[in-house]
Amino acid sequence: MSNDNESMITQNPWHSLKQFTPARIALGRAGMSLPTRACLDFQLAHALARDAVNIPLDFAGLKQRLNVLGYQSLTLQTQAKTQPIYLQRPDLGRLLSASAIACLQHATPIPFDAVVVIADGLSSTAIEHHAEPFLRLLLPELQHKGYRLPPVCLVKHGRVAIGDAIAEHYAASLCIVLIGERPGLSSPDSMGIYFTYQARSGISTDAERNCISNIHENGLSYRQALKKLLFLIDEAEKLQLSGVNLKDQTTDTEPNDRLKQSNFLLK
Amino acid sequence: MYKIKINHQVYDFKTLRNLMAKASPARSGDYLAGLGAADNLERVAAQWALADVPLKQFLNEALVPYEQDEITRLIVDGHDLAAFAAISHLTVGDFRNWLLSKHAATETLTAIAPGLTPEMVAAVSKIMRIQDLILVAKKCRVITRFRNTIGLENRLSTRLQPNHPTDNPAGVAASLLDGLLYGCGDAVIGINPASDNLEATLRLLHMLDDVIKRYRIPTQSCVLTHVTTTLKAIERGAPVDLVFQSIAGTQKANDSFGINLNLLNEAHLAALELGRGSLLENGTLGDNCMYFETGQGSALSANAHQGLDQQTCEARAYAVARKFKPFLVNTVVGFIGPEYLYDGKQIIRAGLEDHFCGKLLGLPMGCDVCYTNHAEADQDDMDMLLTQLAVAGGTFIMGVPGADDVMLNYQSTSFHDALYLRQVLRLRPAPEFEQWLQQHGIFNADNQLQQQPDVPVLFKSSLQNLSE
Repeated sequence: MSNDNESMITQNPWHSLKQFTPARIALGRAGMSLPTRACLDFQLAHALARDAVNIPLDFAGLKQRLNVLGYQSLTLQTQAKTQPIYLQRPDLGRLLSASAIACLQHATPIPFDAVVVIADGLSSTAIEHHAEPFLRLLLPELQHKGYRLPPVCLVKHGRVAIGDAIAEHYAASLCIVLIGERPGLSSPDSMGIYFTYQARSGISTDAERNCISNIHENGLSYRQALKKLLFLIDEAEKLQLSGVNLKDQTTDTEPNDRLKQSNFLLK
Repeated sequence: MYKIKINHQVYDFKTLRNLMAKASPARSGDYLAGLGAADNLERVAAQWALADVPLKQFLNEALVPYEQDEITRLIVDGHDLAAFAAISHLTVGDFRNWLLSKHAATETLTAIAPGLTPEMVAAVSKIMRIQDLILVAKKCRVITRFRNTIGLENRLSTRLQPNHPTDNPAGVAASLLDGLLYGCGDAVIGINPASDNLEATLRLLHMLDDVIKRYRIPTQSCVLTHVTTTLKAIERGAPVDLVFQSIAGTQKANDSFGINLNLLNEAHLAALELGRGSLLENGTLGDNCMYFETGQGSALSANAHQGLDQQTCEARAYAVARKFKPFLVNTVVGFIGPEYLYDGKQIIRAGLEDHFCGKLLGLPMGCDVCYTNHAEADQDDMDMLLTQLAVAGGTFIMGVPGADDVMLNYQSTSFHDALYLRQVLRLRPAPEFEQWLQQHGIFNADNQLQQQPDVPVLFKSSLQNLSE
């Protein structure tokens, strides 16, 4: 990648501060403006984030990958028919299409314990990168606990609450939704997990959900996310609820770097 | 009453509330709410009909019932008939003509502000083009004071926003210093904390206070946490400069934020009592101590819009703001997402509408020129809004390192963006801050960054400690 010609730009002699923050500091300047490299860096990050939102998820490929692992899946649509409608009408992304409802009704009517739903959400790359590897860890754990699971539901143009209708259909008390999160410039492929106990369509609110967010390469690992989710499931079964009254008490081990915890401006 | 025949078709809009919604320039949030005009012709018909509505009608027909909504009561009970007298004979259409004319000089606009209701201002904005919104806002002058003076002519201030994903003190300090060395931070040094708990808030408040004192920076700090948390911090003796709160234009929406007018009043009094503003050069005490944020769509997102279009809802939030004589009001225009403002075009217009409405109502209006990655917008759109806002005399913009907020995950404006505006429009920072920047060799006499790439003496030892 091209570098700026040093003589054209004014560097900032405080590069060392970059160790403390992922923020775009000490960028230097061309005149008073962003140097070419910093400017294109930003455009690159934005392009990745935009593509994460707009490039459709390869549902057939995902179904195939799950198949290889020995897991059945159903592909369902919401009432948001196109991407622009999906972005402007969150309400429609929470409702199953007529064909999706028919598809579910076709499936076996016996009751299940837990549903696993995968929705593209706002980042198809998040699901592309993280859904299948995470399910590799999660599904054996759920089976080990003796939960009866229907096919994994893959939902196109889905919002978080789409899981409610699916859980309700299967009369399952545990609803686990994996969804692509709103992409940031530094994390275009961040996946979130929303867990709802006794989810009911049109009734469950965000206050009744627990969220495990920021699952990506530089964020929460699959193992950490799994640990949190399994904790929430166990506690929800005990308390018979999820959401604001169910607190995640697992600890995040963060290195306690002395230099980072103190403030160099106040030494 | 709100009936019009256009193109051989009769449109009957029945209520003022419906007329306002149909007359709104198109935006996704009004369609999400089922309120937007069915087509272009219906919108224009509504705009014609709205232009014929006498301003007085807004005093007779409340858009949200008086009995149900304390914001309506605030607007109605607080209306200043004497200030209104000068324009009371006008229709909405003629009000636009008047605003554009030389009759509406700066002093006159200041004098009529208490006689204007948010709904009158929202109505006239709906029939104004972008150049009208800019021209009239530019004539308004709203000056506020705390440790410096914001809103003077040909000045532009910046909020330094040194957010960090985990509120790490060194991480916050790194962005803070980067911003100061780029000449940013006179409106406020304001952190959005990653967590809303009291301990984290106290830590950040003390840290900002220590930095401002140690380096004698003529500015003020704010930790943007819920007003109840800030009240607790004040009880614990924390150094609170500006009290922050997000506000909206209906009682129901404010309920969903966990606030009401009484609570805001309590917080305002508590901050006034701290009296942490400065005695400024002209002998006045800096006592504007509130910082409010707003944004079109916030009421609808709480399902509390009461059948109002989102721009009218937004203007009503300014009635809440002006009751408490804020130091800063910030419309965070593109943060909310494409279901409310779909693309660059909608975001740009909304930002300029909000700035116009706020200024006309007498508020120190700034704008977080921003967007999310799922909106149809990019840096070019932000450059357009940024430039137009500055031409309109916007009070302040955000300063985020490289325009990328690594905590809130959205794109705002950068330190470099502010410097661009200073160059092309000759805009200066607040006078007290300008003096500090020049004294420490950060800015030269023309308010440009110094050419020498060295760190100013003021901060040299802090950085040296680091490398040892």
